[in-house]
Amino acid sequence: MGDVALIVEFGTAIDRAISRRVMNLARAVRRGDWQGVVDVVPTFRSLMVCYDPLRTSRAELEDRIGSLFDHQMDMQVRSKLWRIPIIYGGEFGPDLDNVADRTGLSSDDVVERHSSIQYHVYMIGFLPGYPYLGDLTKELQLPRLEKPRLRVPRRSVAIAQQITGVYPVESPGGWHLIGRVPVPLFDLEWPRPSLLLPGDAVRFEPVSQERFRELESAATEASYEVPSEEIGAG
Amino acid sequence: MNTGPFSTIQDLGRYGFQDLGIPVSGALDANSLRVANALVGNAETNAAIEFRLTGPALRIDADEVLIGLAGTEDSLLIEGSDPRHIKGWHSGVVRRGEIVYAPVLKDTSTAYIAISGGIDTVPVLESRSTYVRGGIGGHEGRALQAGDELPIGRFQGTMKPNMFSDPPRGVPDRLRVVAGPQDDMFTQDALDRLISNSFSVTSESDRMGMRLEGPELPHIDSYDIVSDGIATGAIQVPGNKQPILLLADHQTTGGYPKIATVISADIPGAGRLRTGDMIGFAVVTVEEAEAIARETMKRLHGLIGTNTPAIDPGKIDVDALYNANLISGITNMHK
Repeated sequence: MGDVALIVEFGTAIDRAISRRVMNLARAVRRGDWQGVVDVVPTFRSLMVCYDPLRTSRAELEDRIGSLFDHQMDMQVRSKLWRIPIIYGGEFGPDLDNVADRTGLSSDDVVERHSSIQYHVYMIGFLPGYPYLGDLTKELQLPRLEKPRLRVPRRSVAIAQQITGVYPVESPGGWHLIGRVPVPLFDLEWPRPSLLLPGDAVRFEPVSQERFRELESAATEASYEVPSEEIGAG
Repeated sequence: MNTGPFSTIQDLGRYGFQDLGIPVSGALDANSLRVANALVGNAETNAAIEFRLTGPALRIDADEVLIGLAGTEDSLLIEGSDPRHIKGWHSGVVRRGEIVYAPVLKDTSTAYIAISGGIDTVPVLESRSTYVRGGIGGHEGRALQAGDELPIGRFQGTMKPNMFSDPPRGVPDRLRVVAGPQDDMFTQDALDRLISNSFSVTSESDRMGMRLEGPELPHIDSYDIVSDGIATGAIQVPGNKQPILLLADHQTTGGYPKIATVISADIPGAGRLRTGDMIGFAVVTVEEAEAIARETMKRLHGLIGTNTPAIDPGKIDVDALYNANLISGITNMHK
């Protein structure tokens, strides 16, 4: 893209196998620590390698990247699974009933479907720390809201098409709001400001309103850590 | 969208965190930022005040500082016991209690006030650039307001008023682009129209990007892509077939096709464009763009290296200032 970024495309769909290749290449480029590379940005089906044209060139990067392509591109690597508490519906998810109506499911079914999927973090974009998590089952897939909201409360969990996301801060938003998380996923004070990284996995674990309030307080006092575990093949 | 007065702390940008959705931000006209810093003896990576249309009034709360204005030919007005001006592309000494008024910009939309020692706010994620939408960096992650106090870094050099001998005049009327990355989603008509017409800069423009108005740029079929990475300078074209030129605070990912990307050497010029300006595009290859980037920077560094010391436009004894040690102080914002 211009003289400042190289895009390596792996396909045209939102797809786990494609994403795995994107993540593997991202990892390899980062490890290469090549002069002139300033950012490595995984997206759904491509990797954007941002560079400084004063210190390297697209041709040089294409050569380097070309030599990285081998069987390792499809390798499954270990990653982190985060278990994030969530509360659904009511004031926390004002669109839950509407989603139920439009999908023909009961609200309980929507909750059950949404919270039983192990999501993959395809990328982080749109806002600092906004994760794009996939893949929602077909029956939950809806287009975006016709009329986006001017203000979505921070930590709202939303869905659109096959993706679910979490708004790290208050923001305008066009996705269906079905729940809320009690903990920050993004904080500039942390050494790495985003809890989730592209390639990680996520499960949402429903909690009661009481537990939700407890966790909110604990998070404010920084005395709660979102549970995580290593997963995946070696 | 904010087309009105808007002042923020900026440096050359925040790299390394775009994979977390954090834009690079940084000076819209980075060349003028570099010159402003050079005029006051700063490293080019120091932070300065970027202002759009109208700028702040600053009260100096240090014994002496060197203040430089770059990006515009208009002047700073210094108020106090010794009223005077510091012309655009020049620097001059300013003393405790004096008030510095930025000009109303006419020849550009964007200009820079640099202070010897640099604006010394605490860096966030290794940069002092401000990303207002995300509340990141600069002064409290927001635009500057009356009453703000800004720390200035310690300055250890000699304070020599200076001038920049070869400034750009006005705004560009043409930006060079590299085609794509989604040029294949547009009709041949669209590609032809892009390079043979001028587009006007609408008032729906800000640090995230400029909405341009002109002939329609039709897509072959869909105007949606699976969200992809975005680089500064990308020209995205949504369903209304009107181009949007993306600037420093653009989102890192997005779902509109990008017909072409402005080359890095021409981004500082793009950052100067005003509402109503007409702008055209010319296509170059990526190899040409990279060569232009290197030549342009070499030339700029060469010119900065030969900054000519200026006669301080006041009644100050210039020689006596050469060994002044600056005590770091603060500036107060007035509006």
